[in-house]
Amino acid sequence: MTLNPLDLIAQMPGALAQGLIWGIMAIGVYITYKILNIADLTVDGSLCTGGAVCVVMIMNGYGVTLSLVAAFAAGLITGLATGIFHVFFGISAILAGILTQLALWSVNLVIMGRANQSINVNNYDLLVSLRYLQEVMKGARPFYWSPIFVVGIFVLIIVAVLYWFFGTELGSSVRATGANANMARAQGINTDSNKILGLMLSNGMVALSGALLTQYQGFADINMGRGAIVIGLAAVIIGEILFFKFFKNFALRMLSVVLGAVIYFVVIQTVLWLNFDSNYLKLFSALVVAIFLAVPYWKKKFTPFSPKRKGDADCA
Amino acid sequence: MLDIQKITKIFNINTVNENVALNGLSLTLNDGDFVTVIGGNGSGKSTMLNVIAGVYTAEDGKIIIDGTDVTGLPEHKRAPFIGRVFQDPMMGTAASMEIEENLALAMRRGQRRGLGWGITQTERKKYFGLLKELGLGLEERLTSKVGLLSGGQRQAITLLMATMKKPKLLLLDEHTAALDPKTAAKVLELTEEIVSRDKLTTLMVTHNMKDAIAHGNRLIMLYKGRIVIDVEGEAKSKLTVEKLLKMFSDVSGSDEADDKLLLS
Repeated sequence: MTLNPLDLIAQMPGALAQGLIWGIMAIGVYITYKILNIADLTVDGSLCTGGAVCVVMIMNGYGVTLSLVAAFAAGLITGLATGIFHVFFGISAILAGILTQLALWSVNLVIMGRANQSINVNNYDLLVSLRYLQEVMKGARPFYWSPIFVVGIFVLIIVAVLYWFFGTELGSSVRATGANANMARAQGINTDSNKILGLMLSNGMVALSGALLTQYQGFADINMGRGAIVIGLAAVIIGEILFFKFFKNFALRMLSVVLGAVIYFVVIQTVLWLNFDSNYLKLFSALVVAIFLAVPYWKKKFTPFSPKRKGDADCA
Repeated sequence: MLDIQKITKIFNINTVNENVALNGLSLTLNDGDFVTVIGGNGSGKSTMLNVIAGVYTAEDGKIIIDGTDVTGLPEHKRAPFIGRVFQDPMMGTAASMEIEENLALAMRRGQRRGLGWGITQTERKKYFGLLKELGLGLEERLTSKVGLLSGGQRQAITLLMATMKKPKLLLLDEHTAALDPKTAAKVLELTEEIVSRDKLTTLMVTHNMKDAIAHGNRLIMLYKGRIVIDVEGEAKSKLTVEKLLKMFSDVSGSDEADDKLLLS
């Protein structure tokens, strides 16, 4: 058995495109996990919700733009559901997310009518597609048809909009809610509604990512979101560990997270190229994320006390 | 300015751990009153402040701030009236946000937060000036993360945040207790400065009887969820720690005063 490096290189554009699409999802995870300080498991369901809404809309003849907007809106609603479970029902954030995720399984089946629906790029005008990527590579289409280019533009727009939003009074108050809810309330910030807003925004991003992914791969599947949170977390952690040291700026940090997702998919492609049994992929991902999550904890635990630590890690 | 009417707060109500923290406590503060609050552990000092701020809701009684009945309002809706500094220096500021961002959040206390910029250039100049007045050199570090600052610096910033938008009522909950003596004195001095300059109506909880006597125009002592000593004006300025202890054992009818107050 020989490994051909050319095969790996040929896989890279696909990994890049997928990484960028999942990067949008990772930005959603970043909003809840890093900004709101909530681990939101809704995303495993809302990714598919976005895909399901998009696929059904396109099948029914609606335009791609409207379908994406609808997918985003559906994502907002899934976040709203988790927010209500968390804030008004007093359920812990993790459990609230799990409940919504479970409920979304049914919702997604109802939306799609069955476990998967496909939209063939031959029959529909799609914004991004694996086919376009291949055709651009062959030179059959100009570069701006490439999903890498299109999703790249998406990422830049999303980062710009979120950068603006989190710089506003309202956005700042959302950040304060995650950073120190006590302080936020003392400054008159409604932390409950801010948590809901953050969850909505996050799942809106995730659903949008799901909608793009569905177009890219040409189908939506009830299982497409399974383990999404782990991929999102992996992207956030990779981005954090590799780039946050250099990037203090919020916009750059969001881009780092997207890069984190790209790196994740490049690594996965490489692992697959090494003839790694793909059945073990999720085990592999989970372990990698677990180890990366453990690193800051171990660092803290096993580093002997030094005055340098005075500022404490919570200022990152 | 503040009118507390027969507030009762019971923790773990109807359980074996039931604990009456405030027992029909009433207190009226006049405009510009600087009241120091003392009492042993579990006397209800912190609970009183938290009930006023809306962290806890009282089982019974009424709280009126500047003519507005706030009894039923949640914490964030009382914030327009109240500036707060906590015992824990970590609690009053957001560590992962910049100094100027923290200040900008506090500047908008009680206002609707919309889609305008979270912080403007004119504000930055203002914050520079305000921080300069603190005399801690923080004006040069407007964009530093608050998490990089020491406890004393964070407490000074929290104090600034609590007062720069003039509150109807300032609540200080043992805000120097977690600091080293030198820093504590500095923060207390700063407190005195700001409170007297802006004539803020203030409730300052402290475990230090000397501080309680040295500051403010009125002193109250809590015991078992009630106010047992309330000294004002002339009488307060003549207080000493010994006199205060004597008064307390007279009121509570025991000598546990000494240990309880001095050790706490």
